[in-house]
Amino acid sequence: MTIWLAAIALFGLTGAVGGTLAPARWRVIVVSACTVAAATSALVVSINVLHTGHVVSLATSRLLPFTGVQLHLDPMGALFVAITAVVAVAVALYNVGYAAHQPMTRSSACAFAIFVTSMLLVPAAWSVTTFLFGWELMAVASLVLVLTDHRRSPNVRSAAIWYAVLTQIGAASIAFALVLLAAQTGGQGFTVMVLHSAAASPWLRGTVFMLALAGFASKAGVVPLHVWLPKAHAEAPSAVSALMSAAMVNLGIYGILRVGDTLLGGGPSWWWITVIVLGVASAIYGSIHAATSTDLKRLLAYSTADNIGLVMIAVGTAGLLTATGHPSYAALALFAGMFHLVNHAVFKGTLFLSAGSVQYATGTRDLDQLGGLFTRMPIASTIFAVGTVAITALPPLCGFVSEWLLLQSLLHGLSSSVTVSVVLMPLGVAALALTGGLTAAAFVKAFGVGFLGIARSPAAADAHEPPRLMNVGSGLLASLCVLFGVVPVVMVGPLNSVVRVAQSTAGSIVGSRGEALAIANTRGVFDPTFIALALVTSMLAVLGARRYVSRRHAVRRAPVWGCGRELQTPRMTYTATSFAEPLQRVFDDVLQPSRDLDVSHRGESRYFVESVRFGTRGGDAFERLLYQPVFALVRGAANKARLLQNGSVHRYLAYGLGALVVVLVFAR
Amino acid sequence: MTGTGITAWQVGAVVAQVALCVLGAPFLVGLMRTVRCRLEGRTGPPVRQTWRDLRKLLRKQRTQPEKSSVIFAVAPVVLVATTLVVVAFAPLLSTGTVFPGGSDLFAIVFLLLLGSVLLALAALDTGTAFGGMGASRLMAIVALAEPALLVAILALAAPVHTSSLPIIVAGSLHHPMWLATPQRILAFGAFVIVILAESGRLPVDNPATHLELTMIHEALMLEYSGPDLAFVVLGESLRLLVLLALLSNLFFPWGIATTLTGPSFVVAIVSLAAKVALLATLVAVGEVMVAKLRLFRVPELLAGAFVLSVLAVLSSLVIA
Repeated sequence: MTIWLAAIALFGLTGAVGGTLAPARWRVIVVSACTVAAATSALVVSINVLHTGHVVSLATSRLLPFTGVQLHLDPMGALFVAITAVVAVAVALYNVGYAAHQPMTRSSACAFAIFVTSMLLVPAAWSVTTFLFGWELMAVASLVLVLTDHRRSPNVRSAAIWYAVLTQIGAASIAFALVLLAAQTGGQGFTVMVLHSAAASPWLRGTVFMLALAGFASKAGVVPLHVWLPKAHAEAPSAVSALMSAAMVNLGIYGILRVGDTLLGGGPSWWWITVIVLGVASAIYGSIHAATSTDLKRLLAYSTADNIGLVMIAVGTAGLLTATGHPSYAALALFAGMFHLVNHAVFKGTLFLSAGSVQYATGTRDLDQLGGLFTRMPIASTIFAVGTVAITALPPLCGFVSEWLLLQSLLHGLSSSVTVSVVLMPLGVAALALTGGLTAAAFVKAFGVGFLGIARSPAAADAHEPPRLMNVGSGLLASLCVLFGVVPVVMVGPLNSVVRVAQSTAGSIVGSRGEALAIANTRGVFDPTFIALALVTSMLAVLGARRYVSRRHAVRRAPVWGCGRELQTPRMTYTATSFAEPLQRVFDDVLQPSRDLDVSHRGESRYFVESVRFGTRGGDAFERLLYQPVFALVRGAANKARLLQNGSVHRYLAYGLGALVVVLVFAR
Repeated sequence: MTGTGITAWQVGAVVAQVALCVLGAPFLVGLMRTVRCRLEGRTGPPVRQTWRDLRKLLRKQRTQPEKSSVIFAVAPVVLVATTLVVVAFAPLLSTGTVFPGGSDLFAIVFLLLLGSVLLALAALDTGTAFGGMGASRLMAIVALAEPALLVAILALAAPVHTSSLPIIVAGSLHHPMWLATPQRILAFGAFVIVILAESGRLPVDNPATHLELTMIHEALMLEYSGPDLAFVVLGESLRLLVLLALLSNLFFPWGIATTLTGPSFVVAIVSLAAKVALLATLVAVGEVMVAKLRLFRVPELLAGAFVLSVLAVLSSLVIA
């Protein structure tokens, strides 16, 4: 199996070099082929690890100077590798289709291969240097990819700067945490750290966890470090957004689990309470924004913050229940969280890729400009519809199963009868429930306004089906949404082996009875396969009944009721903005949109209005209330610092002299 | 499937349950309308009028708006189909359900949500202002009612450590004292508000109105006619029946059959019919008494339901 681990890096490197050197016509083929090969190797090794539970490791001292490279893939890492690999295959196929429209540039071809490879190797890294090397490679490569369209709009550049700053602050925080722990445990290999971390003082362990949490949360897009997410995901090409949202943000969760669970071996309640609170904030804030966004990709980005928040709630609950001595309930929470993470990857990948198809076909991602796409591009729209049903947690698709498991884990968390969970679990359920409803509203808006009804712009009216390979890429992920929803037992084995890494005592927390899911030590089973079957049977029966009663007449196409007006124009229909208005009103305090009303009067009279202009802008309240003051502070400090630098060479020489004197005095 | 030996009796029980609900649902709507009319001093149409309307509609030609897609045509089917699945799975007449893997309270909520979502999408698919208005309002109400509902379910599920509906119902049959606990009473309040909101009754939505600016459910189905309208009406009335039947079985489970024998089954049918009719009458009486809330006051009502359900969970933890 070790050879496959090496093959990932080899294929990735070939892709990066080949993508840079190949002529424009072949570039995307070379990169995609190499990426698919790397992802396939990764799938082979990770599925093997998940299946057998055996670890695959590889160490060489030849690659990185002084420290060498240490890889070690356990089931927990293997889950993340497998998710990334599947998404990467879909995106690579999609890219080939997309290149017919816009050829891949040299830099983005190279960065794409590096990005995928580094994401495949980060979960296998088993020493501080290997991990940080992969992490930085991933950050830089993704930044290059976000910048792909930087010539098109200044927004791209601004988004990239936000992303770069937050991801680098996060990386610094992670590096500090890991180095601190390595210094304390006397080695930079993860094995040594696992052995000796328990001996460290609680203060140091707490500091390490909080620093790591801050760093990984910025990568995962957790509120309040989420501000880069809606910007970068919206402005990056859709294939890149899909990779970032379905694969990269997961690694933030991976980091929290790896540091909290493996390296530090679990921790006190307050660590995990912090994680839960961050998760709740992220889930609620993300879903409110998703419900009111009118930009399709911004909506998807906020919904990523929402779903990652749900996973954080599950991870935090698992940690908390372990800390309070309920390992089997903790295992259930972790199982549910990991299942939701897998499902989030497949449905969000589907949705971002089909959002890209929409942008390809219409040139816009503004829902207010779309409409009527279902009849013009039926395949791409159906794929989006599958993603919509999955993310809304509706039966019979995958979101339904993991949402049910999340609810079960919180239900059992409630019965653990620990004081802190009495307060926290209802909060978690409230967050889960509120986000469930808001997600439904957000995606009925996205699909209903964007794909149904009548076209609201000429671009939407001229939309056409994207190249076949683009649909194949997004369709691959959509079919997984169906598979994990209808036959979720396929995930039971792999997820149980992931859970066993964290909770070694727990056997199989979720068992399978036939094709039903049964939670160990509790009554009641849940059978998604059977529900799906019943649903399909029932639908066919009702469809047959309708066909029977209306067998005599054909369906008549008729004009709609317009209160006596014959002509219906797109301006009369509900837009995404008007659809979201009731919820916008309810959550006004959270969203804090800026409104400007501009009324100009005719002549002197105040009774006759010449024109009224009304506009709202929904920015991110965190950006305004948290980040702008910090920026102002930094700018103020920088302006103060400018006094030192007035351009006079004499003054600089004096500084140099002063510094020399200080050094000589102190270094004596 | 998990049941090892499914007897003909059990299958028969499910078929009977579905058939009785489909036949009874339009009568339920008719009953509520008659009660309202009598209290308002009118004679009103007979109780079987809804069935007559349905029969008339089923004979007509199907129509579809010019620019709509397949979603519009599929939505009534999905609405009825999801509700039928819920009817088949839910322990309405007996706690010994055939399909334990499907009769989960959370699963039922999501199945019903599927119908609502499809109806909202179909309304947007018509491409009219009314459709968009109805869909927007419905989704806003659903988004706010869902949390209250799920948390209220949690309050009921916490004492028995499972969300499996037959076990919850059986649990409250075996421990009659549970019925009067604070968390039950609080959860009941939350359930009632959510059911009124989800089934489009006063004070959230007036099923008798056709005034464009105030309607929600009527706006959603404005473009439906003929057999499609019949299916939508049937689906909505089935949903009302299921919700009221679940309410009565969760909080007043007396009479439900615990064994699959002929006499107990007859008792179960009669008691369920009586309980649902009583609840429906109470709702109808309530509808005469109250006025419709302004749309933007509805969130406050639903927030109230949410607070009730959170209190229910808290009290279930503190007391248990």
